Amino acid sequence: MSAAAKVSPARKIMQDGLWTNNPIFVQVLGICSTLAVTNNLRNTLIMVLGVTFATAMGSLTLSLLKDLIPRKVRMIVQVLVLSFYVIIIDIVLRAYQPAISKQLGPYVGLIITNCILMGRAEAFAASNPPGLAFLDGIANGLGYGWVLMVIATVREFLGFGSLFGIRIMGDGFTPWTIMVMAPSAFFLVALALWIANVRKARVAAAAEKAAKGGKA
Amino acid sequence: MIDAPSVGLVSLFLASILTSNVLLANFLGTCSFISISKDFRSSMGLGIAVTMVIGITSAVCWAVLYFVIKPLGIEYLSFIIFIIVIAGVVQMLEMIIDRFSPSLYMALGIFLPLITVNCAVLGVILFMQIRKYNFPQAVVFGFGSGAGWWLAIMLLASIRKKLDANTAVPAGLKGTGITLITIGFMAMAFVGFSGMIAVQ
Repeated sequence: MSAAAKVSPARKIMQDGLWTNNPIFVQVLGICSTLAVTNNLRNTLIMVLGVTFATAMGSLTLSLLKDLIPRKVRMIVQVLVLSFYVIIIDIVLRAYQPAISKQLGPYVGLIITNCILMGRAEAFAASNPPGLAFLDGIANGLGYGWVLMVIATVREFLGFGSLFGIRIMGDGFTPWTIMVMAPSAFFLVALALWIANVRKARVAAAAEKAAKGGKA
Repeated sequence: MIDAPSVGLVSLFLASILTSNVLLANFLGTCSFISISKDFRSSMGLGIAVTMVIGITSAVCWAVLYFVIKPLGIEYLSFIIFIIVIAGVVQMLEMIIDRFSPSLYMALGIFLPLITVNCAVLGVILFMQIRKYNFPQAVVFGFGSGAGWWLAIMLLASIRKKLDANTAVPAGLKGTGITLITIGFMAMAFVGFSGMIAVQ
């Protein structure tokens, strides 16, 4: 009996979303709409929560509807359901946080075309029960979210010397202008990807060594 | 009818290609950009397709926005309507190309339907709505942004042709990692244009 067989499906889903199958590390999915706002922690947090909400609710809805949707129009139904939730996010933001909504501009609407949403709807929700699909949406949203929050922390700290808009560094600190601009986001995602790949390779090598040692 | 920003069409066109390149400055359409740029010919096909789709949809969506959505006061439905318009335009373009130029249709292959979910298309339309462009500006901005995306993917595909054969890249960075770093350098190079045309 291996340890993997005992893990409950819910736990496995969380593990997959947060690390093993993390949407950013494994496929670099869905970074388009959110990288643009990662020079500011508060905006990133809101975008991440929006993506998590839309993915989880979208997966739940599509899993409930999966037997009712004819195969031929599945894609367009998925897009319509997802855009419904994104519209809710947009309206709520506009009503309660008009300043942030203005700063985010088109990027809230662009959650619709975030590949993670469609990816999870197609890969998981279309063939799994609603409860698990909801959990899978949350796990993937958070797995995507923590990586972006780390990137946003680095960018805001080095770019403005602040965190969540609160100044941390004194007046002597020279902001790294590059961190505010687009190129740094690409560099930081690449760096995060590199670290994740190296760690995964190490874990795999250790597991192989352990397996060999067990046999001998 | 609308208070369009006073921007010359030529400078708007150049700005949307160089200074505010949809991909390198606004991160739009990164997913397909990374996966397709492995192959030079596919990049060419996708670049042409994206340019056509963005140009046409921004014209159609401008008309839909100012003649349907605004008069009816249903701005809250605009995301859904734009997505449906994009899907419709892509479908129609597919049928027209298939009818008149089967060779181009074969070359574009699966890329046309994929464009529906390319964030660059929806992104350009939402920018067009937020910046309140008038009709000529919307069309120029649409084609310019598409051309900028096309230019970026061709540049990256040419660089990757040499880069992917390079064995000096660390194992953990191979493939996507080094591609992202390359895009970062391209973005830095394009930042250099920003002093030339100061148009948002």
